[in-house]
Amino acid sequence: MIDAVGHPSSLLLLGGTSEIGLAIAERYLEGGPVRIVLAGRQSTRLADAAARLARAGAHVETLEFDAKDAAVHTEAVRKAFAGGDVDVAVVAFGLLGDQETAWQDIDVAVELAEVNYVAAVSVGVALATEFRRQGHGRIVALSSVAGERARRSNFVYGSTKAGMDAFYTGLTEALRADGIGVTIVRPGFVHTKMTKGMDAAPLSTTPEKVAEIAVDAVTKGRELVWAPAPLRAVMTVLRHIPRPIFRRLPV
Amino acid sequence: MPRSVKTLVGWARTAPSRATVLSGDEVTADDRLAETITSAGARGVIARGLGRSYGDPAQNAGGLVVDMTARNRIRAIDAETGLVDLDAGVSLDRLMRVALPFGLWVPVLPGTRQVTIGGAIANDIHGKNHHSAGSFGDHVVSMDLLTGTGEVRRIEPEGPESELFWATVGGIGLTGIILRATIRMTKTETAYFVADTERTANLDETIERFSDGSDEAYDYSSAWFDSISTGPALGRAALGRGSLARLDELPEKLRQDPLKFDAPTLLDLPDVFPNGLANKLTFSAIGELYYRKTKNKRGQIQNLTAFYHPLDLFGDWNRAYGSKGFLQYQFIVPLAAEAEFRSIIADIAASGHVSFLNVFKKFGEGNRAPLSFPMPGWNICVDFPIVDGLGAFCRGLDERVLAMGGRLYTAKDSRTDPETFAAMYPRVDEWRKVRDAVDPGGVFASDMSRRLALTS
Repeated sequence: MIDAVGHPSSLLLLGGTSEIGLAIAERYLEGGPVRIVLAGRQSTRLADAAARLARAGAHVETLEFDAKDAAVHTEAVRKAFAGGDVDVAVVAFGLLGDQETAWQDIDVAVELAEVNYVAAVSVGVALATEFRRQGHGRIVALSSVAGERARRSNFVYGSTKAGMDAFYTGLTEALRADGIGVTIVRPGFVHTKMTKGMDAAPLSTTPEKVAEIAVDAVTKGRELVWAPAPLRAVMTVLRHIPRPIFRRLPV
Repeated sequence: MPRSVKTLVGWARTAPSRATVLSGDEVTADDRLAETITSAGARGVIARGLGRSYGDPAQNAGGLVVDMTARNRIRAIDAETGLVDLDAGVSLDRLMRVALPFGLWVPVLPGTRQVTIGGAIANDIHGKNHHSAGSFGDHVVSMDLLTGTGEVRRIEPEGPESELFWATVGGIGLTGIILRATIRMTKTETAYFVADTERTANLDETIERFSDGSDEAYDYSSAWFDSISTGPALGRAALGRGSLARLDELPEKLRQDPLKFDAPTLLDLPDVFPNGLANKLTFSAIGELYYRKTKNKRGQIQNLTAFYHPLDLFGDWNRAYGSKGFLQYQFIVPLAAEAEFRSIIADIAASGHVSFLNVFKKFGEGNRAPLSFPMPGWNICVDFPIVDGLGAFCRGLDERVLAMGGRLYTAKDSRTDPETFAAMYPRVDEWRKVRDAVDPGGVFASDMSRRLALTS
């Protein structure tokens, strides 16, 4: 159960090696013990992540979960809830890919779409079922500013996040009546292994900062947050800039 | 509407969850309720009374919640023996109004009369007379408990069913649903108190007043204390101590109708308070006022509101904290831990977390119930508005309370964790054994039982 000061007893990370996801887990662990289920492909990275959280005081379980295989999502999510209530579930998996390859190579483009959009939708449906049965809980969906307005340099990724973001926005409304909350987090450029070697965009941030914003939003019941917060104003402006100008901007 | 899905919260209005709430006819017939319980789904069942617990013991996300207030019959009152036989959904307020004309007084009254008999037993509540009368469970002669297997068991404090009786006292509804109880009331000649009130200048004086033996002269005693002022005024208190008045102690005017229910309320607070209104400035001002209002006076005749329930002057006062709600932190530590206990009070005052409703009382002996809160010691209760950093602050307090051999109270707790709770209640495994035996199917569960890992 999430307690009176917003601390959950349990957390499910779908995408168990996501740096933002793990930072959220660590942030919660600062506030007391948490049972954490790490769902991801079995790998040394997943084992390392589990060990890291265990050292931070968590009771950790790992669960086989492959975002690319939608057929197993329902079963994986059901298993995650079998060991006890899940208070907060974070949809943290995602691929960035190489954009110039992605828009010219069908396999790469479809993989991005399947992981970032199809899988996000499929686990969203599975989570909604489990949370409604359970009668309480919150979903955190890690979206991206890239979905807010597709850019030439990043539009395959951006389009998948736009779809994912729209799905969770709708899910927020659908689950309201059941008392299940959804928080969509739209980070900007985050310094992680996924973005290593890339030039940082303005207002770049870190997984720890994103986690702080996400946890605070869940505690306060906020449905949409940006990381960092000023991105909201920036994107509000960018969204309305005419195309001839937008395409010249160094964003 | 006998069955409806509702969002439930505790009195402090934090941590809401949704459950199917049963009321009316679904609840009043034993056999029908038994059938519902034995066919309940995996999320289980919990009973709920008037929702005065601050946290989550009467919520059950995704499951069933039985609204017991439909069971509100007072079946028999015996003025001679002082025994009252009544349904568990009857409130202490109603019991008091009905029993007073018979010269009977509710033996244990908490800070509000708006609690049910079932809730009073399930939390083993206490009042200002703990040092002289013990807690509510000590006055229960028998109960009828509807168990997870659908049978109704008559349980008593002594004899073969005594283990289940004492696991149910303080058992926060997890051994079954208390349907009916027989309570031994206290006989009284009047509905008034003879009270002595006084102010102390600082924490030393406050502790001294409760340690010098003067408490023994009163059946009822507690203090409001200042937890905001740092420096010399820290822990200054307004003490109210007294006993039920005898007829010959009343002034002529009140003697006409000595057992009249006399508990005035002024107004109900509307639900319009913004978050943040409950702050250091407003709390300091109200606290100062309350402190100054208290005079050093002996032998005053006071009615129930004045002596016992000053907050009842304002109905629904929990709304003053705004929509974010608040948290009540009540703990008890053994008398021997006095030095560390003083430093906790100082640290609360210095913390920046402000509390207005601060209660200080020295408790007497506890009872046999494994999850009963009271024990001989210093009992402190503070209210904090929900702000950032409150969780970490309270975790720090938990550690210190635990280190002193103290504990938290289930009727107030809304945030501690399973390990801390188990360490504070070392007899929890003994309790769990009795519970698991009476509810092998694990029918009874609540948000609190999940949060504290009391049920699987």
